[in-house]
Amino acid sequence: MSLLHWAILSPFLLAVIIPVLYKLFRRVHTGWFVLALPVVLFSYFFLKIPAVRQGQEIKETLKWIPSLNINFTTIIDGLSLLFALLITGIGSLVVLYSIFYLSKKKEQLHNFYVYLLLFMGAMLGVVLSDNLIVLYMFWEFTSLSSFLLIGYWHNRERSRYGAQKSMLITVFGGLSMLGAIVMLYIMGGTFSIRGLIAQAGTIVDHPLFLAAMLLVLLGAFTKSAQFPFHIWLPDAMEAPTPVSAYLHSATMVKAGIYLVARLSPLFAQSGVWLWLVGGIGLLTLLWGSFNAIRQTDLKGILAYSTVSQLGLIMSLLGVGAAAVHYPQLGNENIYIAATMAAIFHLINHATFKGSLFMMVGIVDHETGTRDIRKLGGLMSFMPITFTIAVIGTFSMAGLPPFNGFLSKEMFLESMVSVLSLDLFNMSTWGSLFPVLAWIASVFTFVYSMMVVFKTFTGKYQPEKLPKKPHEAPFGMLLSPIILALLVILFGLFPNMLTETLIKPAAASVLGDVLPADYELHIAFWHGATPALFMTIGIIAVGLLLYVLWPKWKGLYKAFPEKLSFTNLYDHALPAMENGSFNLVKLFMTGFIRNYLVYIFIFFIGSLGFTIYLKNAFNYSTIDTAPIGFYEVVLAAVIAIGAVSILFVKSRLTSIIVLGSVGYTVSLFFVLFRAPDLALTQLVVETVSTALFLLCFYHLPKKFRKEERLKFRGTNLLISLGVGTVVTLIALSAHSTKLFDTISKYYLDTAYTEAGGKNVVNVTLVDYRGLDTMFEITVLGIAAIGIYSMIKLRLTKRGGKKANENK
Amino acid sequence: MFQIIILIALACISLSMLALLYRVIKGPSIPDRVIALDAMGINLIAVIALISILLDTYAFLEVILLLGILAFIGTIAFAKYLEKGEIIEYDRNK
Repeated sequence: MSLLHWAILSPFLLAVIIPVLYKLFRRVHTGWFVLALPVVLFSYFFLKIPAVRQGQEIKETLKWIPSLNINFTTIIDGLSLLFALLITGIGSLVVLYSIFYLSKKKEQLHNFYVYLLLFMGAMLGVVLSDNLIVLYMFWEFTSLSSFLLIGYWHNRERSRYGAQKSMLITVFGGLSMLGAIVMLYIMGGTFSIRGLIAQAGTIVDHPLFLAAMLLVLLGAFTKSAQFPFHIWLPDAMEAPTPVSAYLHSATMVKAGIYLVARLSPLFAQSGVWLWLVGGIGLLTLLWGSFNAIRQTDLKGILAYSTVSQLGLIMSLLGVGAAAVHYPQLGNENIYIAATMAAIFHLINHATFKGSLFMMVGIVDHETGTRDIRKLGGLMSFMPITFTIAVIGTFSMAGLPPFNGFLSKEMFLESMVSVLSLDLFNMSTWGSLFPVLAWIASVFTFVYSMMVVFKTFTGKYQPEKLPKKPHEAPFGMLLSPIILALLVILFGLFPNMLTETLIKPAAASVLGDVLPADYELHIAFWHGATPALFMTIGIIAVGLLLYVLWPKWKGLYKAFPEKLSFTNLYDHALPAMENGSFNLVKLFMTGFIRNYLVYIFIFFIGSLGFTIYLKNAFNYSTIDTAPIGFYEVVLAAVIAIGAVSILFVKSRLTSIIVLGSVGYTVSLFFVLFRAPDLALTQLVVETVSTALFLLCFYHLPKKFRKEERLKFRGTNLLISLGVGTVVTLIALSAHSTKLFDTISKYYLDTAYTEAGGKNVVNVTLVDYRGLDTMFEITVLGIAAIGIYSMIKLRLTKRGGKKANENK
Repeated sequence: MFQIIILIALACISLSMLALLYRVIKGPSIPDRVIALDAMGINLIAVIALISILLDTYAFLEVILLLGILAFIGTIAFAKYLEKGEIIEYDRNK
């Protein structure tokens, strides 16, 4: 156990202690106990920056299941460190915020912090694991803890709905990812990500490669709320706001981004990866930004905004994957910049979206509503919150001097660079990339303006607000202020990030493609590039659209709610339930008759088909004995008896005829020289006939209709089929005897070895006595069972006897 | 010669058994069937005895005895059933 392992496992350990602390110290807000841990972890990871900056990888291994190649291997490199810093840093701020957000008296705080710590530990595990199985384990842990956090207010119906929806979708993706992991293991023979990347050149040609890639992407897209799996994220907004800020903006939804970035060196060789990651990302960006505008709930806007920003990062990763195909360009490789932009925007998004969620939480907390139709004119009541909102939204919209502007510029530049990409038909369809990116950026601008101006400016409507608005306490404002400061700091001095975080992270994503002396310089003024003109266009068109919003509001009626994917999900789930219910109802009829029909049809089908398939029917008369006269007569008697059972009218007659069939069988035993069998058969047949008569006697009088069996065509066919198949198999089995029997040994040694002349009895009690013992047991159990069934008749509650013959 | 006689005897008994079987199936009342079954049991004894002679073995003499007992018990049981409606008079709810 190294320090790194302790770092990952420490949230789990603290989660164990938290409920105890909660019970012991009821006066202190439990969050204060939690706060220390992410701060310590953040400092721990912060101190790793110098080492990672120099290109070191800190690798620690803890043996878990070595025989299956599953070890808890953790590696800190640029990408993991970046994510670990995000998780612990924003984690600390969220815990701080939640201390003031969640009430000590009303809330079940121990539950909240246990879930949150579980989530934090799981997320750290995801980003730091090198072993794919361990990564998957932590991945599912994040799904699970996120489920618990979304459903935190579990007495609300919408919370439970959102939790279930996110659980179903993310676990669906997680399971497909597990499939991909297994395929990767088949291809590469290792679960280690580094080990797989080292074999990237050979794995590409494997037939399973494409399937593994698609499944990995399914996992990443569901987790990162990409189109069309984004539907769970808006419904996850039922969670408490600190959870939304933490999970659904900064960390968990970026797990998919992390996975794509992490496995990029492995999959980027293929054009499909580039197209899918880039294309779906762009589609998500467009769809998310388009839908964000129509939302009236602030958290709804931010949820769709998160979806669209994640799409942006994803599309940049897709374009960045093109760098692998131009290693010869070196420092001139423009696609490296796309990866850099993705990582930069990842950081930026975490900062401004975290602050925005907290801002919305404050507005909700202080006014009692999040509906922008009710809000307005809050600027004078909540000036600090307003400032935070302005910084966050302007950064989101991509305005200078905030960090969003820089990453948006880099994003547009990368999308323009797609035009010069002549790989995989990019030159023809690639021109769509910058166009769509530009349109989506316009939408982004519009909804960003809506978030800030519809909430804080305009008319103040006190009659619509449940509470009288006022500024939030300082403690609640602290975290968003820190994040907003970071937004400005990263905006003004972006280059403090480039060498320390972005470049090492890009080195993990790009692998060997990144030249060691690559110079990344982010600046506000970088010349009159196409991206700059696009930004000016975005601001101009965006302003125009925002001002004219009431005029083109009607456009959204052309895209009714019914056509959304949420609606599809809402209908598909009950449809699936009904479908399976109806399907089961179709064949599980409750009638034994039907189940017998299935069993026999399967019997005929499988055996008959096998005989046909293997050409197994075989008939020879070499080994057969001559047919004697008595056998023919007895066979005729049995046949007449068996057939007449089907046609007799009374049940009593069929019992008697059945008895006569049994007696004739015993006669067969005599004829075939089996005296012991004949004796037993006679006695057993007598007893069972007597039992049948007993049953017959107790039949209820009311239903004792004496009538013939009804004729059913299917029954006839099935019974004929079963008979035929069994006959065919018996004939074939008899005609192909492969070995002599072993009975000669018994005949020779029954007396010499076991001291008995009756070979049957010697076999039963001596050679194979074990079988006999258990047959005796069976009879014993049957006897005890019958006795207890007759004797033990429990009376129903209420004293009414339940001993009617049913 | 001896064998032929036995064969003829067997054939006769078989015929009589077939006739009894007809009575078992057809028999208008239940006592008819019971009597026919009883007679069939006795016929079976004869068949087994003859077959034992044919096969030249003592192994089946126990079967003959057993059949005799069973036919008797079975017929008595049936008779009691027809007479009283019960074979073993025992009230299980006592």
